[in-house]
Amino acid sequence: MQTSTSIESHVDEHAQHQAHGGGHHHTETFISKYIFSLDHKTIGKQFLTLGMLWAIVGGGLSVLFRVQLGWPDETFPILERIFSSWFTDGKLNPEAYYSLVTMHGTIMVFFVLTASLSGTFANLLVPLQIGARDMASPLMNALSFWFFVAASIVMFSSLFLSSGAASAGWTIYPPLSALPQASPGSGDGMTFWLIAVVLFVVSTLLGGLNYVSTILNMRTKGMTMFKLPLTVWAILFTAIVGILSFPVLVSCVVLLIFDRGLGTSFYLSNIVIGGKALPFAGGSPILFQHLFWFLGHPEVYIVILPAMGIVSEVLAVQSRKPIFGYQAMIFSLLGITVLSFLVWAHHMFLSGMNPFLGSLFTLFTLLIAIPSAIKVFNWITTLWRGNIRINTPTLFCIGFVSLFISGGLTGIWLGNSTIDIQLHDTYFVVAHFHIVMGVAAFFGMFAGIYHWFPRMYGRMMNETLGFIHFTITFIGAYVIFWPMHFLGMAGVPRRYYTFNEFEAFAQYDDLNKVISIAAIVVFLAQFIFLINYVWSIFKGKKATQNPWKANTLEWDAPMGNLHGNWPGELPEVHRWPYDYSKFADSETDFIPQTVPLTEAEKNEKH
Amino acid sequence: MAEVLDIQEQQTELHNHVPTPDNGEGGEKTVFGISYGKTMMWYFLLSDAFTFSAFLFSYAAIRLGQPWWPNPNYVFKSFPFMGEANVPLGFVSVMTFVLILSSVAVVRAVQEGHRMNQKGVALWMLGGILGGLFFLGCQAWEWTHLIQEGLRPFYNPFGPDANGLTHLVHEKMLLSPGPVAFGALFFGITGFHGFHVFTGVCINVWAFFSTLNGKFQRRGHYEMIEKVGLYWHFVDLVWVFVFMAFYLM
Repeated sequence: MQTSTSIESHVDEHAQHQAHGGGHHHTETFISKYIFSLDHKTIGKQFLTLGMLWAIVGGGLSVLFRVQLGWPDETFPILERIFSSWFTDGKLNPEAYYSLVTMHGTIMVFFVLTASLSGTFANLLVPLQIGARDMASPLMNALSFWFFVAASIVMFSSLFLSSGAASAGWTIYPPLSALPQASPGSGDGMTFWLIAVVLFVVSTLLGGLNYVSTILNMRTKGMTMFKLPLTVWAILFTAIVGILSFPVLVSCVVLLIFDRGLGTSFYLSNIVIGGKALPFAGGSPILFQHLFWFLGHPEVYIVILPAMGIVSEVLAVQSRKPIFGYQAMIFSLLGITVLSFLVWAHHMFLSGMNPFLGSLFTLFTLLIAIPSAIKVFNWITTLWRGNIRINTPTLFCIGFVSLFISGGLTGIWLGNSTIDIQLHDTYFVVAHFHIVMGVAAFFGMFAGIYHWFPRMYGRMMNETLGFIHFTITFIGAYVIFWPMHFLGMAGVPRRYYTFNEFEAFAQYDDLNKVISIAAIVVFLAQFIFLINYVWSIFKGKKATQNPWKANTLEWDAPMGNLHGNWPGELPEVHRWPYDYSKFADSETDFIPQTVPLTEAEKNEKH
Repeated sequence: MAEVLDIQEQQTELHNHVPTPDNGEGGEKTVFGISYGKTMMWYFLLSDAFTFSAFLFSYAAIRLGQPWWPNPNYVFKSFPFMGEANVPLGFVSVMTFVLILSSVAVVRAVQEGHRMNQKGVALWMLGGILGGLFFLGCQAWEWTHLIQEGLRPFYNPFGPDANGLTHLVHEKMLLSPGPVAFGALFFGITGFHGFHVFTGVCINVWAFFSTLNGKFQRRGHYEMIEKVGLYWHFVDLVWVFVFMAFYLM
């Protein structure tokens, strides 16, 4: 409650800004301006910076276990020097392998693609694109980031535990996660994981409540809901999905913590370890899976929806055409949001749940193909006969659409409970979700960073380096994940430490090497992006006020880090954000949202 | 006198005016016609409702997986200061009734807020706080009592003899006379609800003192009492479901 009072004083402060004509300046120290900042633009950059650090860690871990999978017989003394506790005799320990896989999944799904993707673009874009001075509650916004930092510290420090980080997979199925004696990582590593995730949920909740109430309540004059850019719509639905699904993860984790610490039996029943029966009775591991996947599945939409919003906006701007099917885009987002809560058990077809449930969940899962296909067709028709600018943001958007199609189609295979019997827990699944929600979401994020970089730092990113980054990443991603489909169809199981001892899989040794080499190359290629990013902040070409000639309000607000976004009055909105190439006889091919309708347009009742 | 009424009416009107939009600089109408604070509170409650639903679904799933379940009329039959008297569900009825009364008190506080009656708000908020504290006290007594009877998160003394179902159970196979999940679920879920009541009381105490020192009066409206009230009613509503699950079914 304290929060809201300080917000109100904050709003008053804004009003005073107004009265002074915006010429009033705070004396801000470095700490209040860049570290404990309440300005949404700075908080967005903070989310992005921490997310990049996490992406390096998460990607680096995957390189380590890809080395093991690609060259299972060779030794790497140099890696042992650096990661001495994870390697023995130049080879990755099996326990460390499982920790790395677990932490790679956790970091990428939660810390990079949930917190950082939503956090960066919701913070940067929501107030700017709806024409507000800041979030509804700047303090909650900052708290959201600092809870994310706290979660990050706990999760990162678990990598340095002598017993190893959590190793039950990012899905932390019990009993592996519930019994501290089950594996080395099930002890302290798991405890750290659980604490970090609870902190993480607090961060998500604070952020999500703020985004929703800002979008619903703080829009500037004329900015009706159906004049909002699609990025804002996507962030609205993402936040709602997060608000409704993350609390169920809290319940799930709380019961797990009780099982670990208080001797309860929520998820445990009839377990014998080392010939000794444990005193647990009457629990159900399937209950855990239901609770977990009630979050876990919406989670993948939390990851992909912001990327979809970014791609919709960037594609329209860069192909100089109105987005095709604006309302269809919104209602398909809504459709995905609703359906995302009705499909979770398709992760559990083989868990032992009632097989009749399988048919119901297959039905809902396949229904998601409809809104997804609507979106894909709309992106393609937006590009169709557009005046496309081939630059890095465009390329990443096109890459996103390509990956989303490739990965989405295999989703239809896996959503069928019968086909899933063959493909469950194979590399086919790994290929599917990495392409459709992993790489695709990264591509959306890259498109967003390249596109809004001038808005963040007032400079442009280097196009040549951007092209190189895109080309290597795009081709590399397909080289990594395309072959995995064939591995999966041949029955190669995921999560295995080595395939040496299986004659049936020996023929895939070379394929695994190719995948590992591609993974390393793609990982290294990301440093091209990082160098470009850091270099451009200081030395990039100066950006003009509206470098992409876009219609949305973030380009109307003066560049730089002005607290309150607009020096004078807030802009008034008269039209939707997608009036590109509207009049053939006009000098410019775009009409910003702040331009009033012409008499002719009014008569059209647009 | 008529003048006073007039001022009151004006103030009521002032209060009922919904800020549109919320940034104080003129703009689009808010979507639900409520302030951002209330929007936030509603979405938070929705999210919290999902937390409790997950717990109650877990309760249902685990309970339906057991061969039998302790009879609530037997487990919850004690009443403070009445020794061995058999009063099935008597005590919990009192607790529930008081909690509902405290919700009514907060409704009255909101109403007095609409009338800009500072003393009325403070008085009824105090009623709400006392009701909440009474409920927490009752819960503490009930927990203590059940712990004395041997109930633990990992042990349930309420065996089949309590239900006349001995024939269903191979007693030697069991480490605990009753299904162990009973204690775990009872302490877990009523504890989580009790934690909500506790935070609710803390927030209400804050609202009470803020009312007393005239914070909301100066602000010109008592919307904060409405927001606090929303949370309090939610906690009350959740209890109805928890009560149903543990005591009536």
